[in-house]
Amino acid sequence: MANNTDDIYWQKTSKLMVTMMVLWVIFGFVVHMFVTPLNGIKILGFPLGFYMAAQGSLIVFVVMLFSFAKAQDNIDRECGVAEDE
Amino acid sequence: MANASAGKGDFLNNLGRIYALYTGGFFGFIVLVGILEQLGVQQKYLGYMFMGLTILVYAFIGVVSRTSDVGEYYVAGRSVPAFYNGMATGADWMSAASFIGMAGTLFLLGYDGLAFVLGWTGGYVLVAVLIAPFLRKFGAYTVPDFLAARYGGNAARLCGVLVLMACSFTYVVAQIFGTGLIAQRFLDMNFEVACFVGLMGILVCSMLGGMKAVTWTQVAQYIVLIVAYLIPVVWMSAKKFGIPLPQLTYGQALQSIAQLEQEFVQKGLAPANSLATSHTAPFSRYSPANYFWLIFCLMVGTASLPHVLMRYFTTPSVKEARQSVAWSLLFIFILYFTAPAYAAFSKLEVYSTLIGKNLADLPMWVYNWGKLGLINICGKAAASAAAVADSCKAIAGHTGVLRLQDFSINTDVVVISTPEIAGLPYVITGLVAAGGLAAALSTADGLLLALANALSHDIYYKMINPNAPTKQRLVISRVLLVVVAVLAAWTASTRPTDIVAMVAWAFSLAAGGLFPALVLGVWWKRTTKQGAIAGMLAGFGVTLFYLVITRYFPHIGVNYFGMVSNLNPITGAPLISPEAMKAALSNPALLDGPVAASHPLQSRVGWFNINNISSAAFGLPVGFLVMYVVSLITPAPSKELQQFIDDCRRPKGKTLMDEKSGLVASH
Repeated sequence: MANNTDDIYWQKTSKLMVTMMVLWVIFGFVVHMFVTPLNGIKILGFPLGFYMAAQGSLIVFVVMLFSFAKAQDNIDRECGVAEDE
Repeated sequence: MANASAGKGDFLNNLGRIYALYTGGFFGFIVLVGILEQLGVQQKYLGYMFMGLTILVYAFIGVVSRTSDVGEYYVAGRSVPAFYNGMATGADWMSAASFIGMAGTLFLLGYDGLAFVLGWTGGYVLVAVLIAPFLRKFGAYTVPDFLAARYGGNAARLCGVLVLMACSFTYVVAQIFGTGLIAQRFLDMNFEVACFVGLMGILVCSMLGGMKAVTWTQVAQYIVLIVAYLIPVVWMSAKKFGIPLPQLTYGQALQSIAQLEQEFVQKGLAPANSLATSHTAPFSRYSPANYFWLIFCLMVGTASLPHVLMRYFTTPSVKEARQSVAWSLLFIFILYFTAPAYAAFSKLEVYSTLIGKNLADLPMWVYNWGKLGLINICGKAAASAAAVADSCKAIAGHTGVLRLQDFSINTDVVVISTPEIAGLPYVITGLVAAGGLAAALSTADGLLLALANALSHDIYYKMINPNAPTKQRLVISRVLLVVVAVLAAWTASTRPTDIVAMVAWAFSLAAGGLFPALVLGVWWKRTTKQGAIAGMLAGFGVTLFYLVITRYFPHIGVNYFGMVSNLNPITGAPLISPEAMKAALSNPALLDGPVAASHPLQSRVGWFNINNISSAAFGLPVGFLVMYVVSLITPAPSKELQQFIDDCRRPKGKTLMDEKSGLVASH
């Protein structure tokens, strides 16, 4: 039944991939489409729309990648396809 | 670095201690040079010390990491821990353009320049999720290796090599050009000589030890470049706002800039319409569509550039390859989220100390850079007080007070001149130069290796002489490395301004040519050999067509391919009026050969108002579509190949490419 666990593994991996891509679209593009209204909000002198492109989205990307590495590793272990250590 | 000469195991076990010692030593060296400066040693010698010592260290690492093992030469023996590979990727990725040019671009473009910040970071999400771990599992030496295995043979490999060459060569020339500029400015060297000195700096790191040597040098270079980038701006932040966290304090600088922008208009120091291009106002240089397409092309290009992807072939496991992408992004993030602060601080400095001043009272640094043609006032190089007075007199109604529209600065100068403008000691300027050099050298090393490996491994070994013994392969690799490097240095020494501008093209070319084949190769089993080859050629072809036509043959684009003038992002009016278009098209001088950079139509016409820097906006969808359609009408890949894809997807098990036979093991 190797095929079956393979399928489950790939389903879970694909689901994680789609989640990541959706977040990527949101923070890479969608947020910045609202830059003009967001610029009306100021935090520590930063217009929020500017801040999101200069720092906010970048921080999200970094956090996303560390959690992705962790989540994918969990899936690997669960499905028994993780590498031998 | 004394420990580096010990055995391999010792070195890998002591990485933390070695690089901590190295970093401490570097800080000690900065302090030492600072003391020498106070004692009155000439600036020129301080510059030599910075350049000389850092290059010596890189050369030392390069020499002790020499190897005669193929696996070590191509993929550093797959023994680079995620954290260190992250640092090496950071240096590999951040080029002279990121280090020297980015802050200047943000200074000039304001919000719209953030497209580069977003594009050059967000791409790593695609690298980690869609591509890198699977290529690592496959066990490729080069990106074309994967294409050949997945798409059955050398035709796909050749397509991959073609795209790789097209995007990496112009890129490496630009890095050597950058090295030459830095050496010229800080060491007073002749530019052509400086290019070849830079070449030496690159070759000592890569020739003897291949990927292994480049990896450990890049880690050392990352440390130099990030320290050099952060110190000046942290210092300025502490000086101005009392907190050494520029990334937080530049919000206040942004506020002051906005106030000054208003004041300038009220006092008649800036045209009324200049508020539309204020620092934080979006979409004043790029239309929204161009802004988002640029982000998209840079991101996808990042995920397709071979010299970046090959860094993830060096980790010990698939798991570490994923972690390593996260570390890479963190290390890159540290520089990219500081760049906007750099830009804001220096803009504030220029706005508050220059604009509104009498032309007679400008500070000395304006002329220092003006002499090099890097600062213009009233439309001409600000070579001296007299020259400035003359060129402003020529403008009708000029009152002798510097206005915003009178001043322009070359984007490269922002980072290099900021320490001087802010009145920091010369040691900081020397440090910045060493950082810029580290950024240019490390990127050049990575690119050169990608190019030479494609020629030696893919073309020579896999296509011409598959029976070549190991020793011969390594000799060929090294010879080709030197040949490509000399060719690149020679091209750079001819000062090809066009090539430097073309670097931005590399992202679109890589995106259009490689991205669909890499992603679908893993994520869609039905992709066939014919589909992939057709898709790669179509995606690359369309991207290249759009770039070349809009830049060099805009008249042909307008006459035969339905291109029209791009639009002004603020007013929405065409950049070229119908009358001007008619005049340009009826000018017979236009009709022969490619047009010059000064031509009124170049890079200003196109389809759907898309700038040519985002050419993959056309190439990428075409590439995907062709790959999809052709795959569906050709027979599905074999059972074995489907099994091979499954093996790439699962981290467990051995790599699929077997070194000894050079064949794919599972077949």
